[in-house]
Amino acid sequence: MKNCEYQQIDPRALGTSNTRTSTTLPCGRKNSQRLRRKWEVFPGNNRFYCDGRIMMGRQCGVLPLTIGLIFITSGLFFTFDCPFLVDRLTVFIPVIGGVLFVFVIMTLLQTSFTDPGILPRALPDEAVDIERQIDNSGSASYRPPPRTKEILINDQVVKLKYCFTCKMFRPPRTSHCSMCDNCVERFDHHCPWVGNCVGKRNYRFFYAFIVSLSFLTSFIFGCVITHLTLRSQGVNGIIQAIQDSPASVAELVICFFSIWSILGLSGFHTYLVASNLTTNEDIKGSWSSKRGEESGNPYTYNNIFTNCCVVLCGPIPPSLIDRRGFLPPDDAPQTVTSDTELPPFMSKNDANMCTQGTKELLQSMALSTVIQSTCTPGTPKTAPVTQESLLRTVSITVSPPNRPPSTGCSGHQAQRPIDVSCSQKGNKRSAHHTHKPMLRVSSPPYSLSHSPLILSDGPDMGFIPLN
Amino acid sequence: YTHSLQDLRQAAVASKVFVQRDYTSGTICKFQTKFPAELESRIDKQQFEETIQTLNNLYAEAEKLGGRSYLEGCLACLTAYTIFLCMETHYEKVLKKIAKYIQEQNEKIYAPLGLLLTDPIERGLRVVEITIFEDRSIGSR
Repeated sequence: MKNCEYQQIDPRALGTSNTRTSTTLPCGRKNSQRLRRKWEVFPGNNRFYCDGRIMMGRQCGVLPLTIGLIFITSGLFFTFDCPFLVDRLTVFIPVIGGVLFVFVIMTLLQTSFTDPGILPRALPDEAVDIERQIDNSGSASYRPPPRTKEILINDQVVKLKYCFTCKMFRPPRTSHCSMCDNCVERFDHHCPWVGNCVGKRNYRFFYAFIVSLSFLTSFIFGCVITHLTLRSQGVNGIIQAIQDSPASVAELVICFFSIWSILGLSGFHTYLVASNLTTNEDIKGSWSSKRGEESGNPYTYNNIFTNCCVVLCGPIPPSLIDRRGFLPPDDAPQTVTSDTELPPFMSKNDANMCTQGTKELLQSMALSTVIQSTCTPGTPKTAPVTQESLLRTVSITVSPPNRPPSTGCSGHQAQRPIDVSCSQKGNKRSAHHTHKPMLRVSSPPYSLSHSPLILSDGPDMGFIPLN
Repeated sequence: YTHSLQDLRQAAVASKVFVQRDYTSGTICKFQTKFPAELESRIDKQQFEETIQTLNNLYAEAEKLGGRSYLEGCLACLTAYTIFLCMETHYEKVLKKIAKYIQEQNEKIYAPLGLLLTDPIERGLRVVEITIFEDRSIGSR
């Protein structure tokens, strides 16, 4: 696994007063100095649970409502309608309902918890290089002019925009989500019901979710109608039927309103899948200025079947942000050697991601703020700091002693950078300087565009105030 | 076996070159094969282009749409995508191949010339980062 990198840690670095719990570390690490994972320093507005295995958008928002509605409606269905229908009709009704219900919940959770295709932000080196290229190629003296780059895709001119937050030219079909503060590949939309962006990696889950949900709601609706009809065929009539089974009316109402919207959404997305479009492109009319509907779209295969296969059954690229990789303990800022000078036994995920994570930490600490929310999990953002104190504060934030032990999906871990007690600072710093040079972190200068806030060194700071 | 790579660790970084993505074929992962000017004094143009081209071919293999990827996708859908918990996708397998290839290229060709390739996956598949080290006769094998 990724144990290799830790063999490089100097033994003097161990046994510090950093008592951050190691229950979340894989394979029971020998060193008590806990290394942070990259998700903890992730600069976007995302929440991470289960030590980075699960991620969502910032607002858990309406997702509990979505789950609640599905559970309640299905629960009422199984409790009140199924017994009657099993008697009168067939036992397959709850079976089908159960299968649909399970499928809906699973695809919903996968949509919510999967990385939609977030692009990691450009490292300072890259950003500088790109800026240099932009400046070389035209208006240089002032900034920012709208930075676009035109390219030809399948003989069609496509404009690539420069993302100021992520400091890179967005690939085609990529869009920056303002809710999550990330560039997402093949960005479709940010879905509040699901609590996450829908993009390249989770679009098929989203589609499966809405399609199966339409089936589920239609099925429940039909069954409830059947139930009430059968009941009212008795002597007592419809009013008595409703009085006998009031839950059915509640289900009817919920399903009735859901069906309109969900079926409509499914139909719309089926159209999008068949023409290999994203909601974003469709709404913005990116290709409709040409002669027809999708005939301006350079990504379509001009074949409905192929488009469907590609969008729904194509390969899922892996997550580019390597949430669970470890950051190396931070080294002195003067080291300049490249990220890639890592020993070959380190896997690709470890190499540079360590340093990238640190750079992202630098960026995140400079650019991001802590976001409080009513939902328990916090976001891994940190208060802005000046660059000089950055790496020291990084060493500070690595392991606060008051971290509650995390057992599985506590969801609190992302708040670690904030709940810092700075009393470990001295130990941490010395510990990190003894770290073997193999994991050197290069920290090229970069400009902080946001006002800095210096983390004070006061001991036992429970919560660092926002800038 | 990492003799020259270890030498590089002591060397100072002179500059970095970034090979950007080539989007002319769409959104597939492909890097520009244009030879950067900064590398002219360091490495043979043909060698460089061959490396990039091989990388492009490997990425194309990872993203290839064909029977195998569709089968994988359909199977995943039927299992409600839980199969990804235990199975490594084709894409991930090819990424491992790419990592090995890059390491091998670094050891054999680039490190002796004082250069180092970074696996693009570590840069979010945005760029191929080539680090140029100061030429202090570390090219000795």
